[in-house]
Amino acid sequence: MSIAPSALPIGMRGIEKRFGSVPVLRDLNLDVEAGEFLTLLGPSGSGKTTLLMILAGFVRANAGSIRVGGDEIITTPPHKRNIGMVFQNYALFPHMNVFHNIAFPLKQRGVAAAETAERVEKALDLVKLQGLGERRVDQLSGGQRQRVALARAIVFEPRIVLMDEPLSALDKGLREHMQIELRALHRRLGMTTVYVTHDQREAITMSDRIAVMNGGRIEQLDKPESLYARPQTQFVASFIGESNFIPVECRNGSVWYEDRRIHTAAATPAAGQYLMVLRPEKLRLLATAEPTSGVNVLNATLSDIIYQGDSFVCYAVLRDGRQLTLRDYCRSDVLAKMPAPGQPVSFGLDAQDTILVAAD
Amino acid sequence: MGAQTAVMQENAGRAGPDLNTQALRTDARRESLRLLALLSPSLLLVFAIIIVPIGWLFWLSLFDEAGGFSAANYARFFEQASYIKTFVTTFKVAFIVTGACVLLGYPLAYMLSQLPRRAASICLIFVILPFWTSVLVRTYAWLVILQRKGLINSWLIDLGVISQPLSLANNLSGVVIGMTHILLPFLVLPLYASMKTIDTDCLRAGMNLGAGPVATFRQIFFPLSLPGLASGVVIVFVLCLGFFVTPALMGGGKVNMWAMRMEQTTSLYSNWGAGAALGVVLLVVTLALLGLFQWLLGARATGVWSSR
Repeated sequence: MSIAPSALPIGMRGIEKRFGSVPVLRDLNLDVEAGEFLTLLGPSGSGKTTLLMILAGFVRANAGSIRVGGDEIITTPPHKRNIGMVFQNYALFPHMNVFHNIAFPLKQRGVAAAETAERVEKALDLVKLQGLGERRVDQLSGGQRQRVALARAIVFEPRIVLMDEPLSALDKGLREHMQIELRALHRRLGMTTVYVTHDQREAITMSDRIAVMNGGRIEQLDKPESLYARPQTQFVASFIGESNFIPVECRNGSVWYEDRRIHTAAATPAAGQYLMVLRPEKLRLLATAEPTSGVNVLNATLSDIIYQGDSFVCYAVLRDGRQLTLRDYCRSDVLAKMPAPGQPVSFGLDAQDTILVAAD
Repeated sequence: MGAQTAVMQENAGRAGPDLNTQALRTDARRESLRLLALLSPSLLLVFAIIIVPIGWLFWLSLFDEAGGFSAANYARFFEQASYIKTFVTTFKVAFIVTGACVLLGYPLAYMLSQLPRRAASICLIFVILPFWTSVLVRTYAWLVILQRKGLINSWLIDLGVISQPLSLANNLSGVVIGMTHILLPFLVLPLYASMKTIDTDCLRAGMNLGAGPVATFRQIFFPLSLPGLASGVVIVFVLCLGFFVTPALMGGGKVNMWAMRMEQTTSLYSNWGAGAALGVVLLVVTLALLGLFQWLLGARATGVWSSR
């Protein structure tokens, strides 16, 4: 159990799914590497759960191919797919105790009683529920149920594990704790994992790669840090992290916001209209409104300051009425130069933090 | 109200562990009295239509025909074989009809629970439809269908399946057919309701973990449907024990059930004491059975079904 089960890669090609005439997934292609922790991230209705259900075999696609290792499984019934799954509401069997819940997949595979007991014990160990085998499911807390569901999904050493928003029912503290534990468990067992969530912070914390889904398509597939630093569409930029957008124009090989030239670190894209992504933590308060070399200056009027203990958030309005948000830590030097609401304020953005995306 | 306010004002200046304790205690007492007053109409109703008649029944059963106080009415059950025979017949019919309802009702409830919402509600109307006609009418309808020259026998003879008519009515099979038809909805409805509450994700989890359709049904769906099945079985069984119209009409005098015995005793022989004793015995046995059932179910619920 402590050794990685032979993890397998998943290759999805041309997956199409319609409910009636409503397309839910459109020509979706996705490769998950062996042993990878990949997250499907998107708002509700983006098709992420449907894709997971198609992977598990509960929903039949209209078209497409799923290969696990070399084998096509698109028509394999769910009970022959050998894929572990953690359900959103855990779906523990209420008429069985913890031990029999976890032993269930082993029983279906005809594992001998002694070996079953041993493997269930190990699985309970792995999820830190030693000695709780005889408990009834309704005697467990939410976090414990979560762990039982996890143990049940990995005890038969499946080649792939799917998780459908498994932490959404837990409170915030426990959720963050479980994120780290799940991550550690994945590192230890090394199974190929496909995780579904709508929580971008959870996705960034846990994943090797994230597929951001929107309207039945994958908008961007990348490592968390690339996704945050280099979003490719307005949707990705707004879905991952906070952002404000201002319209900019590329002409003659440089970028312009109104009549001001924007310093960028990356090469200037083709001529046309773009949006500049302004992350609150990348902006900083400037003492003067003077242009500085390599720093873009945005002049605005401060509208509100929200104090949050360790940090504060400034809301300001640009001349064209667009809102800007700045977040910084409460250091005395920053607080000293803070203007009052209603006063003019200058925000600086370094050239290397400048992100341009095509407008949707 | 005035006095209460006065006490509180009097105490207002004083602080301490017993500040207003008297007033609070009075208030609590007043509240429980008010609740009791609100409950009293329903308590009276329960007393008048349940407690009093049952008490009276019990009281009546302790007097013999001559009006003397005796246990003769109960002693008769053990002395006369016909009573014991009736008792056995009653339970035999109840078991057979309950079993038939389970065999017919479980697949029906399962199908209803798996149908899409609209189709299920249309089918449910057909399950409930017989409730809208009287038991008497339905029983006579069965008699027409099942009798020697009834629909079924004449069809079967016309088709050449049989040469002699089958005796379907005026015997035990007629009683069982008629009662099963009338009692089936009482099993299907609670069973269907409980099947609808089974989490489909549990079934999906079963399949995901390697159980095929049959194994998933046997190991997950069926055990989870048992509480609904149990309540349906209890309702049908208890209704069987006291059933009168159908066995009286369809039994052809050959199937003597407990309720028919009561009718004979009271209206034919005008022996109210003996009739009351019959009622008391049925009530006690039914309650004992329900208690046993409850106990068995309780044992199941607290002890996880770990064997298997």
